[in-house]
Amino acid sequence: MKISLRILLALVATLAVFGVMPMFADDEIKVGEYASLTGGSASFGQSSHNGTAMAIEELNAAGGVLGKKLKLITEDDQSQAGQPATIVRKLISQDKVVAVLGEVASGKSLEAAPICQQNSIPMISPASTNPKVTEEGDYIFRVCFIDPFQGTVMAKFAQGKGWKKVAVLTDVKQAYSVGLADFFMKGLVAGGGVVTKEQKYSTGDKDFKAQLTSIKASKPDAIFVPGYYGEVALIAKQAKLLGIKVPLLGGDGWVGDSLLKVAGSALDGSFFSCHFSADDQRPVVQNFVKKYQAKYNEKPDDMAGLGYDSAMILAAAMTRAGTTAGPALRDAIAATKGHPGITGLITIDAQRNASKPAVITGIVSGQFQFVETVAP
Amino acid sequence: MVDQLLELTQQLLNGLSQGSIYALIALGYTMVFGVLRFINFAHGDVLMIGAFTGFYLGPKVLQVVGGGPGFLAMSIVLVLAMGMCALVGIAIEKLCYRPLREQPKLTVLITAIGVSLFLESVGQLVLSPDPQAFPELIVDKAIEIPTSWGAISSLTVTLSQGLIFGVTLGLLVILRFIVMKTKLGMAMRALSFNPLAASLMGINNDRVISFTFGLGSALAGAAGILTSISQPSIDPLMGVNAGMKAFVAAVLGGIGNLPGAAIGGILIGLIEALVVGYISPTYRDAIVFAVLILILIVKPNGLLGSSEREKV
Repeated sequence: MKISLRILLALVATLAVFGVMPMFADDEIKVGEYASLTGGSASFGQSSHNGTAMAIEELNAAGGVLGKKLKLITEDDQSQAGQPATIVRKLISQDKVVAVLGEVASGKSLEAAPICQQNSIPMISPASTNPKVTEEGDYIFRVCFIDPFQGTVMAKFAQGKGWKKVAVLTDVKQAYSVGLADFFMKGLVAGGGVVTKEQKYSTGDKDFKAQLTSIKASKPDAIFVPGYYGEVALIAKQAKLLGIKVPLLGGDGWVGDSLLKVAGSALDGSFFSCHFSADDQRPVVQNFVKKYQAKYNEKPDDMAGLGYDSAMILAAAMTRAGTTAGPALRDAIAATKGHPGITGLITIDAQRNASKPAVITGIVSGQFQFVETVAP
Repeated sequence: MVDQLLELTQQLLNGLSQGSIYALIALGYTMVFGVLRFINFAHGDVLMIGAFTGFYLGPKVLQVVGGGPGFLAMSIVLVLAMGMCALVGIAIEKLCYRPLREQPKLTVLITAIGVSLFLESVGQLVLSPDPQAFPELIVDKAIEIPTSWGAISSLTVTLSQGLIFGVTLGLLVILRFIVMKTKLGMAMRALSFNPLAASLMGINNDRVISFTFGLGSALAGAAGILTSISQPSIDPLMGVNAGMKAFVAAVLGGIGNLPGAAIGGILIGLIEALVVGYISPTYRDAIVFAVLILILIVKPNGLLGSSEREKV
């Protein structure tokens, strides 16, 4: 009995010390980040985290913000629904962050947004494109375009290529996929096209032959697959196997490094819309690409660029506001105009979204190829 | 009418290969239950180990064999993965389950869950949680079976689907031979009836149990390779889903009953394909688990299981 009591006391003491210590670190501005560092969408989280971390490092090297260093506290939501809510609560109540950066996946942003809104902590999503995210409240922002725009971009692109009959394969477990499919179909029909077949799958599925067999029978000119890279790669492979020769179209959910590794040549001739191209010759982009490559030994993708931009915009807002207090910081972020981001000039509009051009990327011989930029 | 028959046949063909995978894994569950009377929940994760063995050894085998992907390379990788998984299975049994042989069954059941979580977590830490691309061991082709009636002009079977079914059938035949016609197989069966009597007859229980685990795990390893050939995206959590469905399959066929496990596996595969094709992919998992609940209510010993009466 005595020994276990001592052990208990020792544990309590240790916890107390570790719990109290952070309170004394007052010369830091704590910024929270939640991302999928592991799991099925790990590519999103790791890229955006790399970009964000690089931005924070640069800011700290230049002296920090408002005279203090920025401390990035990152938590992994493991690509699982339900986790973002838990970890954002922890970031806000335990770590006492002044702002939250995240997430790439719209479904996860939708989970965390109400919590940030309730606690009056500004949240900036780097890449969530579903319009509902910023509708959660006036403390929620994003630095990317939204799906009504993205869906229309791809619909117009299909129209331009003469593909009138398009089949749609949606991931019902992701709010992003369902929303984007919706907007695409509206744009397609408005432009005189027709949806030949709608099929569904769930995140994590590995076999799509049943859905693809049905889609093949409907004889489309193209197939719109607004899903995440993990499943899209398998879908492309199986489509090729079943003898489907028409191109696939998609959105920024395709951006992931395992996409081409798993799909191989199955995605040749397909196109998707995204936020950024590493081939963009603007000096700010090429500079970023060089720095990123030197630090991480790989080329940055959209999520990295957006992660970087979201952190920079937060820092710029802090400097403008002169404080990290919730309401003032929120107002400063909302007033962001013409910020020279990696992913384009970023102005936060009245709905707290960014109005930016989309980049259409094609896949040729297993490589990404820039096709065109579409302005809003 | 002919159209619909053709579409049904296509969906069933799709389900057959997935069902074969479940059958292979279910056999492992059922063998261990038969011999030790507990469910080895870590079994599904052995599939993952098999897949990753193939992932790491595949390119090297391809190099040594030369000439690109082909049946020889695939067979070598299959055998290597089966061997690796057999060793892993035997190790798990020796380290985690044997010390608990005298404990109540609940203890070892919870340990099995622990081993499963351990394998998954270590896998994520060591092997990277991102999906990896499995090396191409055979060049997959779609084989069109032309049928001249109806709008569906042909049935499509992929080479990998055919391979999975063929290899599963072959392994089942070998398994039946081992269980029915060899001394070790006879020892396994004796152990499943009465361990005490078996040891009194001179059977080395420990060795037979190790062999059972090795055999079951080898089959799971084969399942891992076969499933990776047709769905080349592998990750440390890939065994969870298949393991659970295979467990349902084993219960459906009658836990402890070998042909039951195989039939249960095929049945679950077919049910899944029908649900995805005709109802909705969203309900696939729900209906499979509803089948589990149903069979436990209506016929708890499974389709081929017989009720065991405790003889006093």
